[in-house]
Amino acid sequence: MDALLQFIFSGMTVGAVYALVALGFTIIYNASDVVNFAQGEFVMLGGMITVFAHQAGLPLPLAAVLAILATAALGVALNKLAIEPARGAPVVSLIIITIGASILIRGATQLIFDKQLHRFPSFSGDDPIRVMGATILPQSLWVIGGAVAVFVALWLFFTRTLTGKAVLATANNRVAAQLVGINTGWVMTLSFGLSAAIGALAGVLVTPITLVSYDVGVALALKGFAAAMLGGMGNPKGALLGGLLLGLLEALTAGYLSSQYKDAVAFIVILGVLFVMPQGIFGHKSTERV
Amino acid sequence: MSLLNVTGLGITFGGLKAVDDVSFAVKPGEIVSVIGPNGAGKTTLFNMISGVYMPGRGKVELDGQDVTGTPPHLLARMGLSRTFQNLQIFQDMTVLDNVLAGYHLQESGSILADLLSLPGMHRRAAKARDGAMGLLTRVRLDKAASQEAGSLSYGALKRLEIARALALNTRILLLDEPAAGCNAVETEEIDHLIAELAASGIAILLVEHDMKLVMRISNHIVVLDHGEKIAEGDPATVSRDPQVIAAYLGAEETEAADADG
Amino acid sequence: MMTARGKWTQLAVLALVIALLPLFFPSGYYYRVGALIFVNALSVVGLVILIGYAGQISLGHAGFAGIGAYACALAPEHLGLHPGLAVILGAVVSGIMALLIGRPILRLKGYYLAVATLGFGILVSMVLTNERALTGGPDGMSVEDLGLRALLRDLGWRLSGGEFWYGVSGFVLLIGAWLALNLFDSPTGRAMRALHGSEVAASTVGVDVARQKLRAFVISAVYASVAGSLLALQNGYITPDVAGFMHSIEMVTMAVLGGVGSVLGATLGAAILTLLPQVLTVFAEYEQLVLGAVMIVVMIFLPQGLLPSIARRIRGRGE
Repeated sequence: MDALLQFIFSGMTVGAVYALVALGFTIIYNASDVVNFAQGEFVMLGGMITVFAHQAGLPLPLAAVLAILATAALGVALNKLAIEPARGAPVVSLIIITIGASILIRGATQLIFDKQLHRFPSFSGDDPIRVMGATILPQSLWVIGGAVAVFVALWLFFTRTLTGKAVLATANNRVAAQLVGINTGWVMTLSFGLSAAIGALAGVLVTPITLVSYDVGVALALKGFAAAMLGGMGNPKGALLGGLLLGLLEALTAGYLSSQYKDAVAFIVILGVLFVMPQGIFGHKSTERV
Repeated sequence: MSLLNVTGLGITFGGLKAVDDVSFAVKPGEIVSVIGPNGAGKTTLFNMISGVYMPGRGKVELDGQDVTGTPPHLLARMGLSRTFQNLQIFQDMTVLDNVLAGYHLQESGSILADLLSLPGMHRRAAKARDGAMGLLTRVRLDKAASQEAGSLSYGALKRLEIARALALNTRILLLDEPAAGCNAVETEEIDHLIAELAASGIAILLVEHDMKLVMRISNHIVVLDHGEKIAEGDPATVSRDPQVIAAYLGAEETEAADADG
Repeated sequence: MMTARGKWTQLAVLALVIALLPLFFPSGYYYRVGALIFVNALSVVGLVILIGYAGQISLGHAGFAGIGAYACALAPEHLGLHPGLAVILGAVVSGIMALLIGRPILRLKGYYLAVATLGFGILVSMVLTNERALTGGPDGMSVEDLGLRALLRDLGWRLSGGEFWYGVSGFVLLIGAWLALNLFDSPTGRAMRALHGSEVAASTVGVDVARQKLRAFVISAVYASVAGSLLALQNGYITPDVAGFMHSIEMVTMAVLGGVGSVLGATLGAAILTLLPQVLTVFAEYEQLVLGAVMIVVMIFLPQGLLPSIARRIRGRGE
């Protein structure tokens, strides 16, 4: 029982990170129908930039803010320089462009920074908190709390602000959104910036636990995608649920089955979801028009 | 004996009845037209008959056999073929290859023969090529055979699509607005072509907005409005039907109102 | 446009390049590089069938290369099979795997297909990495020699390892190119290209879309598998990297770089991306940076790929 609770805690922690990555996918996918395979690199940059800004003498909170802003700027640049020029290109081309971007960012990161593993101090110390026989790190609470805060903030943004509603309208029907005067180009810029910032925030929160190096992005992107797909592509609620579910599945697999194959869970989930219910938990079926 | 029998066909999209309880029949050599204002459900009806959409209710019979919801590639084997309102041409293939694709059922054999370029494949391909060139001549595209299809004019693409649809051993042909976007000369060509095809025994089901064309060549007309059949009969009867006139006038009034607003 | 005559021209160009290239080699090392290019080109020709003809993407084809490679490493040791027969065994296993997983996967479109194939590829590489007892884990394992070179030597034809594998890989690539070009202008190839253009129109002329996609997937899997086998045999050693995600990405990039509809383009793309790390070996840190930049720039400015874009430009000037 204690062991189970322990697995649930660690599952919730990684699950919260997957949920944030999945949310990043969802925001960009909704605004532009692009699946951004560089989403994991945003998480990596959040961690790396914070590490090096902190080493350079910046206080940790300031370093974290800098990392999030810089990553958001990179997200905007990615949209302007690589996605917008390829507008209307087939899906295969867009897949290759974003994978290219992820390799490019990784290559640049190892040149600008280094190839070492890094971490910075936890926000509230490293003394585990005891809960019913299991323990949880204070930083895990930061991660889970951060994810919840992001989801609440986004929910308010999308339902209460005009800008948020414009993004939703664009996701729903781009042409119609343009007709009612929404600047869809600007919505795309916003989406890339926002989802890069969310990714970077996830990186900032989780680095004290999992450490960061230039190449952690690939696995995160793939798992975030699995989570997004599990919940139903394009659905923020699904991203949250899918992320947590995937995190729990991984932790339970590592605990009870095989720690070697815990990383396989995400891909078995992907294949399973695609075979059995390609629309995911919250997705819905669409009819092709001819 | 009818070739195609449609009974009580219907489908719902998001709670909206796009087509509701439509029935009619088409005999070999007959030209049946489906008309109605925009959004009346004509293309949706075509998509259900040709297996692109799964009907929610009702039955489609081909030769007395129930084929409701049968996928398009199996309907093609039974001689049902169609064109599309918004052109579905294989853009990157040559004009000839487009029509040859229509010979798929007749020319395809073992994959091994195709990979190894065995004589059997060449024999089948040569036969298909002769047939395809014949069809291209019939729609006056033989000179463009080796051009990329994407480079053709709109009217030519419309004819190419018909040629491709005829490449199967077509017994019933569904034409979705074959004359849309064509000039007067092209429309007349298509008019002749349809009449010729019907004379050769092919059953034709036609959706068309050009009323002159429809009234001239149809044997039988089915009128849809808001997804329902509101009238049916020969051209003369249908054109005098008060409900049909009301539907068309009503549609024009709404369109005019929309334009004002 | 490609015609029957185009097929023989392309094959002749390829054969000439393979035959004449060694004249310019400054050292025996270049035979190794050439052999590597041909092996990569072989798997990329398979992707030309899948992506270029049938319009389906796969980000997991390295998984099939892994199956082919490890078949050559494992079958001689555990089943006592001759390495040559192990190539065939690998191809059969890959084909069956492709058939089994392709059936559900190929119903999906675009991103879903990309991610499903990616998931498959990663699972294969994970198994190869984790089953240490069988595969030696991340350190890899050695592969038995084919024995053909010794046979040739006994017949009086002395070849260096590099020369031998250059010849074998070049020959197999030629066969692969011939088969792919045959397919292009055959009923099956037309059906694949038709569904690429419009699935709904292809199905209304009688093309069983699911079946043709599956065929393209299986054929391309066999290409990747044979390429993986050749790689294992010529290196005499194999690691799970052959099945890795990056290898899948490299394969797709080679295909789209050269021109995904064209067999010659595929070879060109394979050549460029195989040479890139060799040229950049002094600047090894820049390899990822350059690879990523190449992928983005080509997709934005030359979406058709290098060879078709160049061909178009030359034709444009001629008119």
